[in-house]
Amino acid sequence: MLDMFTSLADWLTEIFFGMERDSKLADAFHFFIEDTSKIFFLLALMIYIIGFARSYVSPEKVRLWLTGKSRITGYFLAALLGAVTPFCSCSSVPLFIAFLSAGIPLGVTMAFLITSPLVNEVAVVLLGNALGLKFTIAYVGTGLTLGVLGGFVIDLFKLDKWVEPYVWQIKMPTPESTQEAGGWAWREKFARGEAIDIIKRVWLYVLIGVGLGAGLHGYVPKEWFIEHAGADNIFAVPLAVLIGIPLYSNATGIIPVAEVLIDKGVPVGTILAFIMSIVAISLPEILILRKVLKPQMLIFFIGFLFISFIFVGYLFNFIFGG
Amino acid sequence: MEITVFGKGCPRCESTIHRIEREAAELGVPVTIHKITDEIQIIQNGIMTTPAVKIDGKLVHSGGIPSIESVQSWLKA
Repeated sequence: MLDMFTSLADWLTEIFFGMERDSKLADAFHFFIEDTSKIFFLLALMIYIIGFARSYVSPEKVRLWLTGKSRITGYFLAALLGAVTPFCSCSSVPLFIAFLSAGIPLGVTMAFLITSPLVNEVAVVLLGNALGLKFTIAYVGTGLTLGVLGGFVIDLFKLDKWVEPYVWQIKMPTPESTQEAGGWAWREKFARGEAIDIIKRVWLYVLIGVGLGAGLHGYVPKEWFIEHAGADNIFAVPLAVLIGIPLYSNATGIIPVAEVLIDKGVPVGTILAFIMSIVAISLPEILILRKVLKPQMLIFFIGFLFISFIFVGYLFNFIFGG
Repeated sequence: MEITVFGKGCPRCESTIHRIEREAAELGVPVTIHKITDEIQIIQNGIMTTPAVKIDGKLVHSGGIPSIESVQSWLKA
């Protein structure tokens, strides 16, 4: 079915604009049209479908589900729910306090906060489009594993001491219900709202990202990438993770570029490490947590993600490398 | 009408406030909007996800920008 986007790009390039098919410009233009039309279609469709599932979970429900669970169940459940629960990063602090005040262990709470940005529906849809199902599953699996592992390590080292002490004193009243939720009409409206809201937020980044990708695709030679970011460059993975940190939350723009980078011979582990670093190590969002976490914990948190992503990069390059 | 919007001042919280102001002006309903940005106060109001909206002390919305229809229905109530 996705062939129709190739046909659309063929038609626009060759017939409507009458370009020579083997020129660099036509190549870049064709790539741009095919990729943007396909991405917007997939994003709208998938987020709408995922929106129905997401209408069943909310941070308030997650808090109830995680309360009183054993630690091991807690890590897995929290990592999984972190991936699917919608919430705005400006809610991180209230959410953090609400979880701890319900007696949910720190590690379980952090597992939720680690996977929440790492495995998000926009990144998953774009990855599926750019790299295919196999790597998307590998990405999601790794994201969930890192959530579980991060939570486990935090409790193992008893890092509760790195939470600001006042947090433990706060008593949260039982959250009120807003009487909005429920019913098919409401779920449909929620899913539609999500799709519109997310597309409105990311469309510009998609255009920029695909535009950049189209430029690279058409104009930058493969040799350049092989030399600088190929499998032989041992520093490519840590460098990719480092470069990803200041590019926070622009995964939407970067993933379409990733597709081209892979075509040009950059190994997939390096790319996945780069993407994880962009989506999960977002300094402004992590610094919001300074209100409840001591600096040591923030450093630990960033350090854990940094080292994990480098490890994941090397591991994937090893597993999937030629 | 006393309306309180809870949220740390992220773009979504600002959009929520603008939406309420715009709809109130359109319907000619006089409103006073209070902003609560302190997370501790937010949590002590029993709110986990922002932006959240309370009207005359009752929580009507939590998490995300409320739809225009919802805002209108609060203002007409």
